[in-house]
Amino acid sequence: MSETVLSIRNLSISFQTASGMVNAIRGVDLELRKGETVAIVGESGSGKSVTVKAIMRILSSNGQINAGSILFHYEEKGKRVTQDLLKLSQKEMRSQINGRRIAMVFQDPMTSLNPTMTIGNQIMESMIIHLKKSRAEAHERALELLHLVGICDPEKRMKCYPHQLSGGMRQRVVIAIMLACDPEVLICDEPTTALDVTIQAKILELIKTIQAKTGISVIYITHDLGVVAKVADYVTVMYAGKMIERGTVEEIFYDPRHPYTWGLLSSMPDMGSPNEKLYTIPGSPPNLLHPITGDAFAPRNVHALNIDFKLEPPMFKVTDTHYAATWLLHENAPKIEMSETLKARMDHVAKEAESEWGEKQSYELLI
Amino acid sequence: MRNYVLKRLGLAVVTLLVILLALFLMLELMPGSPFNDEKITQAQRAVLDAKYGLDQPVFNRFVHYIKAMLSGDFGVSYVIQKNMPISAMLEARLPVSIQIGFQAVLLGTAIGLLLGIVAALKHNSFADSLTTFISVIGVSFPSYVFALALSYFLGWKLKWFPLLYSSAAPFVSTVLPTIALSMFTIATVARFTRSEMIEVLSSEYIRLSESKGVGSARLIIVHALRNALIPIITVLAPLVVALMIGSLVIEQIFAIPGIGSLLVTAIQINDYNVIIAVSFLYSIMFIAIMLAVDILYGVIDPRIRLAKGEKHG
Repeated sequence: MSETVLSIRNLSISFQTASGMVNAIRGVDLELRKGETVAIVGESGSGKSVTVKAIMRILSSNGQINAGSILFHYEEKGKRVTQDLLKLSQKEMRSQINGRRIAMVFQDPMTSLNPTMTIGNQIMESMIIHLKKSRAEAHERALELLHLVGICDPEKRMKCYPHQLSGGMRQRVVIAIMLACDPEVLICDEPTTALDVTIQAKILELIKTIQAKTGISVIYITHDLGVVAKVADYVTVMYAGKMIERGTVEEIFYDPRHPYTWGLLSSMPDMGSPNEKLYTIPGSPPNLLHPITGDAFAPRNVHALNIDFKLEPPMFKVTDTHYAATWLLHENAPKIEMSETLKARMDHVAKEAESEWGEKQSYELLI
Repeated sequence: MRNYVLKRLGLAVVTLLVILLALFLMLELMPGSPFNDEKITQAQRAVLDAKYGLDQPVFNRFVHYIKAMLSGDFGVSYVIQKNMPISAMLEARLPVSIQIGFQAVLLGTAIGLLLGIVAALKHNSFADSLTTFISVIGVSFPSYVFALALSYFLGWKLKWFPLLYSSAAPFVSTVLPTIALSMFTIATVARFTRSEMIEVLSSEYIRLSESKGVGSARLIIVHALRNALIPIITVLAPLVVALMIGSLVIEQIFAIPGIGSLLVTAIQINDYNVIIAVSFLYSIMFIAIMLAVDILYGVIDPRIRLAKGEKHG
């Protein structure tokens, strides 16, 4: 097992809003090792983006971090350093970590590039700031980066403004910007959600290729389980600001334990079984303005036990890598298995994911 | 880009001709004549009218005026300074007006931008409330109220600045009129800058720049301000116009020998050529500013530059 790069412990974040305190993150743990990809999945509002924004320290001004630590392990001048990112000042964070060691690709490439600055200047900026490169050196490196992310005619593109490029090209440019200083960690916050499916597949391929070349660690946020199957080594499932299950991608796809994960997997459209009615999880997520007692998912859970409404389940260990927060894993709990249809479906999806990913298959699964 | 500027210049010339014609027609409709002295008899008036060509039909006068104007002749003043060429009058008065106008635009945009940026950065703080307060005051009070208040407190009570303009102290004596004139600009620019900056600062590309590790000074000036400026430039043109109108009153209050006070006097005593020349000058300045703003747009926003200029492959 390779060394840990980033570990989040018991992170808790709330936002001051007009209607009160919203407890967006209620205790998140995450472990990212060198060269590995961790996917964070969950529905909108489950706290995926807030978690990674906390890592980057770009939370909006009404957000406050109540507890927890984000330990970042990196090498500086040959020595291994461990730094709690939450203890750095904003200025230190920007000058030492952001863009230099941890970089982030945003969701919508149509709005994440500065419209009044050329592509070239936007790529060169962080190299000039962090690596103190001259403009000529930075220019050279920017051309390489554009080439790496698969943009043809980079010399010409350097002088372009964002509005002259398509969405897919812009996302490639954003990736080039983020790779400029050879960071150790790349955070991808739904990088393909705003793109159409053919471009999605290409961007995913690109991130995988880059990871293979550079050995960068990736945190991948998505609500698309097809994407997870394709890119991730480990999966963390979030619900209502908490992690409810984590494990390797095989464990989550073949042997999910939390009823919410069952629900998520069941509600995934599947090309293999055309006559079935698509499953949906009943109800909607809880309002995080109010305190939550017991398991946040209990009201929507058909398998909910009495204790689920009273006491919050701890993380039960399934294997060394697989944990789930559900009372169903307690030794006294009734034995409940996921439904047969879901099992069949999982087998199908897993087979798809295992097969060699050509353009065609990825297209199918991504729909 | 060059084609665009040429086209706009051509349009500007046509617009100015139409404005000039309208001025002639409006003067024709005005009651009275430049020679209002009761001692002047009908016969004497007819002689004067013939001398200055006022007996001619309005269209003939218009054509004659344009011909003369093209050779730099704006006619002579009838009343204010009898038979003085208007070009000479303007030459003496224009620099003062331009100086004060320029100072007011500069001060107004600089302070307005500063207040707006601070308010946006310290959103919902005391500085923000103060900026909103200044904006409301600056927009709702006419400039002469500030002029009178400033002359009373800073000029009369504290004696920091002279009450009236004096050519011996061309800067110190223009401080009060400059402040009074710039209040509206400060207020409007601050208000727009604040809301634009708040919007730009919450945008994704600012988050991305932070993720790149851009320091806060560079973030605000290079990334945020330039994008926030685009809509602010739009309001600059009407602001400069408001400033010109304000100068008519301000020049009266501080006894500034500029073109604003000249126009007011000329209108009161029907000095036709002065009215036309000064109004025409105002129109030229207005159109020039509109043109400058449109070109400035293209400089700041690459999307506009390319849409109007060369096609990009």
